[in-house]
Amino acid sequence: MITISHLTKIYEGDGQRVTALEDVSLHIEKGDVYGVIGMSGAGKSTLLRCLTHLERPTSGEILLSGQNLAALSGARLRAARRGMGVVFQGYNLLMQKTVAENVAFPLKLEKGYDKAAVSARVAELLELVGLGGRARAYPAQLSGGQKQRVAIARALATSPGILLCDEPTSALDPLTTKAMLALLTNINQKLGVTILIITHELSVVRAVCTHVAVISEGRLAESGAVPDVFGRPQSDVTRLLLGREPVDGSEKGE
Amino acid sequence: MAEFWEQYGALLADSTLETLYMTFGSTVLAYVLGLPMGVLLTATRRGGIAEAPRFNALFSWLINILRSLPFIILMLFIIPFTRMIVGTSIGATAALVPLTLSAAPYIARMVEQSLEEIDAGVLEAAQCMGATRRQIVTRVLLAESVPSLLRGMSISLITILGYTAITGSVGAGGLGNVAFRFGYQYYRKEVMYATLLIIILLVCVIQSIFDFISRRADKRNR
Ligand SMILES: Nc1ncnc2c1ncn2[C@@H]1O[C@H](COP(=O)(O)OP(=O)(O)O)[C@@H](O)[C@H]1O
Ligand SMILES: [Mg+2]
Repeated sequence: MITISHLTKIYEGDGQRVTALEDVSLHIEKGDVYGVIGMSGAGKSTLLRCLTHLERPTSGEILLSGQNLAALSGARLRAARRGMGVVFQGYNLLMQKTVAENVAFPLKLEKGYDKAAVSARVAELLELVGLGGRARAYPAQLSGGQKQRVAIARALATSPGILLCDEPTSALDPLTTKAMLALLTNINQKLGVTILIITHELSVVRAVCTHVAVISEGRLAESGAVPDVFGRPQSDVTRLLLGREPVDGSEKGE
Repeated sequence: MAEFWEQYGALLADSTLETLYMTFGSTVLAYVLGLPMGVLLTATRRGGIAEAPRFNALFSWLINILRSLPFIILMLFIIPFTRMIVGTSIGATAALVPLTLSAAPYIARMVEQSLEEIDAGVLEAAQCMGATRRQIVTRVLLAESVPSLLRGMSISLITILGYTAITGSVGAGGLGNVAFRFGYQYYRKEVMYATLLIIILLVCVIQSIFDFISRRADKRNR
């Protein structure tokens, strides 16, 4: 689905150079729920921005379903972007539009869209995320968890093959987090959508991810299937992350 | 009182209409010019959706120059231009030309300020959904800042209303002209006070109408 090879991203400006990502290689298979975990400032959001081509990689390559993202522009880049759904850290909803209008937004970008088909699709998506009754509400009237659901419905509108979520639970309380993770699992299993979850919480990876990549200071510490990586951690960062895990006592006091 | 109205009522009513014509006419025309200018300023800035920092610096500089021309000087300076497009340089319609030209760069800045309130993340989200630049401008940048644009428009209208008084004093008609003639030339103070009262009333009405509709239009606080 996605192959990242030797991705490096250096931010330059004001005479400053920040290496946000360095030589990161990852492979995400179709159907995976792939977690990217790392502490704040590790470069997780930068990875997502490179995947959506909001940020141009300094070097390295990203293949999306075999297509080299850097080689695309104009209409072809827009088409590639419509093949992935993005759920941003701050939701980024349109505040002057209703829930239904927000979800319809990506569908209405198409020339000559069918009005009836769009409203049917919107209703279906809102049902899926459990917001069937709030179609006419405005984002300002919703809770954090509900806004997140709108963002997910909107991201799924174009039926993307992959859903990219940046810190989907970091602003939510534990109960809402649980419901959110259940929704993501449901989307993965029922719709067959590949999911990439960026997080700093180990519990999130434990709860829903099949695979995980641990990044630290812009570098890939290790990656693989969740039981392997968490069962036999190879890097200090992973051990540190596991040591902080409050639920599971067995790894404490390494 | 009745006598006063009999004598000056028609004159005041006509001049009020003339003032409204100049104010709304030039505001509409100035937005036709200023709105795209404001969009261009926002879009071409660093990190904007059509980044062009050099053009932005140049354009911004040009707008500053236009804004710094005192209105009276601009008005006199462009008389030949006004004659060319209106046919005369006297009267309310002729006054639309300098009013529009001096308000446009001001409105460009007002629009820029409104558009800047839109969170960059929302623009990026639209980009990720495959929106074209044009779609981002119309459906996100402009659509999301409607309440703020309306608030800006009320400020523009009231500022321009003030400027119509200046054009009035040099023969463009309207309340400014009446105030100038009766208050300054004929020394009929009560007429001048009446025009002042009408102008204050107009400002209050414009402000309350726009406050009301911009509040109604804003879906963020409910
Ligand atoms: N636009 C930018 N310009 C300069 N430095 C940046 C920019 N964005 C992120 N960084 C830096 O890159 C590093 C990684 O940031 P980020 O990817 O946001 O981390 P995370 O999401 O893991 O917290 C940080 O040191 C951050 O300060
Ligand atoms: Mg982040």
